[in-house]
Amino acid sequence: MAEPLLEVVAIAKRFRGLKAVSSVSFAIEAGHIVALIGPNGAGKTTLFNMIAGVYAPDAGEIRFAGQRIQGLRPDEICVAGIGRTFQLVRPFAGLSVLDNVVIGALRRSPRIAEARRKAGLILERLGIAEKRDLPAASLTLPDRKRLEVARALATEPRLLLLDEVMAGLRPTETDRMVEVFRELNRETGLTILLIEHVMRAVMALSREIHVLHHGELIASGAPDEVVRNPAVLECYLGEDAA
Amino acid sequence: MFSQINPRARGLLAALALLLLILPWIANNYVLSVAVLILYFAYTGQAWNVMMGFCGQLSLGHSLYVGIGGYSAAALFVHFGIGPWGGALVAVAASMLVGAIIGFLAFRFGIGGVYFALLTIAFAEFTRLGFDHWQWLGASGGFFLPVKQREFNDLLNLRGSPVMFYYVMLALATAALAFCTWLLRTRIGYYWLAIREDQQAAQALGINTFRCKMIAVLISSGMTSLAGVFFAFYYNNLFPEQIFNMGRSIEIILGPIIGGIGTLFGPILGAALLALLADGITELMAQIGIELPGIKQVFYGSCLLLVTMFLPNGVWPALARRLGLVSAPGPDPAGNTVRHPDG
Amino acid sequence: MSFELIGNVLIAGVLSGLVYGLMALGLSVIFGVVRVVNFAHGEMMTAAMFAAVVLFNTWGIDPFMAVIPVVVVFFALGYLLQRAIINPFITRPEHSQFMLLVAVAIIMVNALLIAFGPNARNVQVDYQLESFELGPLLVDAARLYAAGAALVCSAAVFSFFRFTMTGKAIRACADNHMGAKVVGLDIRHLYALTFGLGSACVAAAGCMMVLLVDVTPQLGPAYTLMAFVIVIVGGLGSMPGALLGGILIGVSEAGAGLFITPSAKSMVSFALLVVVLLLRPQGLLGKRP
Repeated sequence: MAEPLLEVVAIAKRFRGLKAVSSVSFAIEAGHIVALIGPNGAGKTTLFNMIAGVYAPDAGEIRFAGQRIQGLRPDEICVAGIGRTFQLVRPFAGLSVLDNVVIGALRRSPRIAEARRKAGLILERLGIAEKRDLPAASLTLPDRKRLEVARALATEPRLLLLDEVMAGLRPTETDRMVEVFRELNRETGLTILLIEHVMRAVMALSREIHVLHHGELIASGAPDEVVRNPAVLECYLGEDAA
Repeated sequence: MFSQINPRARGLLAALALLLLILPWIANNYVLSVAVLILYFAYTGQAWNVMMGFCGQLSLGHSLYVGIGGYSAAALFVHFGIGPWGGALVAVAASMLVGAIIGFLAFRFGIGGVYFALLTIAFAEFTRLGFDHWQWLGASGGFFLPVKQREFNDLLNLRGSPVMFYYVMLALATAALAFCTWLLRTRIGYYWLAIREDQQAAQALGINTFRCKMIAVLISSGMTSLAGVFFAFYYNNLFPEQIFNMGRSIEIILGPIIGGIGTLFGPILGAALLALLADGITELMAQIGIELPGIKQVFYGSCLLLVTMFLPNGVWPALARRLGLVSAPGPDPAGNTVRHPDG
Repeated sequence: MSFELIGNVLIAGVLSGLVYGLMALGLSVIFGVVRVVNFAHGEMMTAAMFAAVVLFNTWGIDPFMAVIPVVVVFFALGYLLQRAIINPFITRPEHSQFMLLVAVAIIMVNALLIAFGPNARNVQVDYQLESFELGPLLVDAARLYAAGAALVCSAAVFSFFRFTMTGKAIRACADNHMGAKVVGLDIRHLYALTFGLGSACVAAAGCMMVLLVDVTPQLGPAYTLMAFVIVIVGGLGSMPGALLGGILIGVSEAGAGLFITPSAKSMVSFALLVVVLLLRPQGLLGKRP
């Protein structure tokens, strides 16, 4: 089998002595959609932020497409081919929806006209094309989530990190978003790592699930295996799986 | 950019350009000197706006670059006989170097917001005190350029009539407007807006924020130093106490803030409004017959207070919409105004 | 240069520094709670100095007695200023707040100019000529009294925040804005109280400062800058930091006056500011953000 696209080897992070993530390892094959789940405070976002270059891990290694990327700045990580969304969406509030996405697209398409064209296509794919000239500040929360995804997609990542983009969406909206990711994955081979609490989306999308609890990986595997895993049921899915 | 502005605005702009071009024939020397001042502040405001309005880095020490520009060109002229155009190159280089030092120290050490603003003040004040003691440049006694009556305008050495200076400043202000318009249409222009809005999100989109902020500081400081060169040859004297004063920095930034930060026409409108306001108050005081030192500034300060309180985004965005110069960007339930480059 | 001279200058620096520290304490308290940088701080300082001068020259009230009415009036003015004008600005961007306070500063400087003219004013009391001998050293009596009073005022401010319910409520506001709102604290009132308290600190410092220097309306911006330098060096929002910063600036200015040249004394403080900003941006006693 080919080398995995992303490989996380025994990474750890402490905040003021408090273990946020301890010795977590996993790998993601190119073209897979993988979910990272776990109760609040399990260390999911910390793990994410280490991959995205916001924090450097205290120990361990992160390899992306064969290159060590830990310790790189967030912008270098993005250039390397990893796009991310923020759990608390951070649109450029004063700019138009289109300009938000254009800024993402400029990474790979330095010409403004080309970047605008690409940004327009992405907005269409996410179904917010008709709002392109509105200020981002005026969007509703579901639209802001879509904009967040559109902006990350515009950087043309090989790996997309999604941090709870389904939270706050209605079931029908969730299904539409799931469909968008499926399409992207099918058409372009986009690899996705998602943190998600909405199990409906997790089960529909992911090929593999990793469960994080108290900063440690307690289970990994196919979705139906993981949801039957007693350790997982106990710590997290108890009420959902019952 | 201009193509996005509607025909009505283009017509207005053309009329304004025509008026500015023929102004020396229709205005007396006093009006012309006021016009030079307005253009001067329109230019420096535009330069400051690159750093704050576009890139979101609040500098309260821009008098530093005016001073360095002015002193560099004046020193080369007086001590080595090098003309202002050659001197301008050195002035720009020197200012950019100082800007680079401040920017590097601040951005590498993660200094932002209020702290960055105070750092810029500190550098300007530090330099002012240094020049106060630099004998080669006249120290606190001032540095003077030779003034002679001339038959004709010597553009090469910037010696001549007020009309010549008017056209030089008009050219500079127009060039600054065109340059900033162009900047906002480039990749770096978009990146600056992203950094201004949310630095962390910008970084996640692959933007090297350190580099972009450095470029903003370099462009802004270089542009500002040209105003200093003009200042030196227009007034023919430089005093550290005046040119590096924090009050001068504040004068530079009042225009864009009153006019509308981050907009292209805000700095120009702001400079004009402030100059007319100051003049209007003087006129009013003379009419009423009150002659108290300071009363003018109290009025001036009160007007600033009112504008800041009631037009937080500046006069230009509100005016442009009222006059129908830009098409409204759409409903905005959050009540935020889009700071669109055109607006 | 004799040991006595250096010693005298150092002591004078520390004593003046305590008065500077009290002034800066006002700025620090306001920033620490309201998160607004008071760009009109130095102007408030000169206004208080003029108030003390007027009280002395009109009714012969000693500056140390003048502290009481001046502090009360400035507290009220600070409270009103925050409540009426600044409060809507606390959620606005920094440059907007800056503009507002610059406008206030311009109005204050020029109002003082209209009222008192550009000439320097001072107070003359007999203890300004006295001094104490401390071994071989001489300590100015007025400077010593002023520093003592500044310490007392600072201690009062510390105790207010430490021991009173209102002080604790204000600290709660500063630590956790949302939380304070949730438990039902009247944030507007507490912010206004804080601004009033900050103004009161400046007012007290102003009354003491007239014993040490002459006052002109144009001194305002210089005091604003000095207060900034002090709180950044000491740590924005840290109360002991403001006093420590004041002493450091007092000593460094006095030292620069002695060893370099008096006109370059602020250069040393700005250099100190730059070094602190780069090596310890949170200030000497500030907490890491």
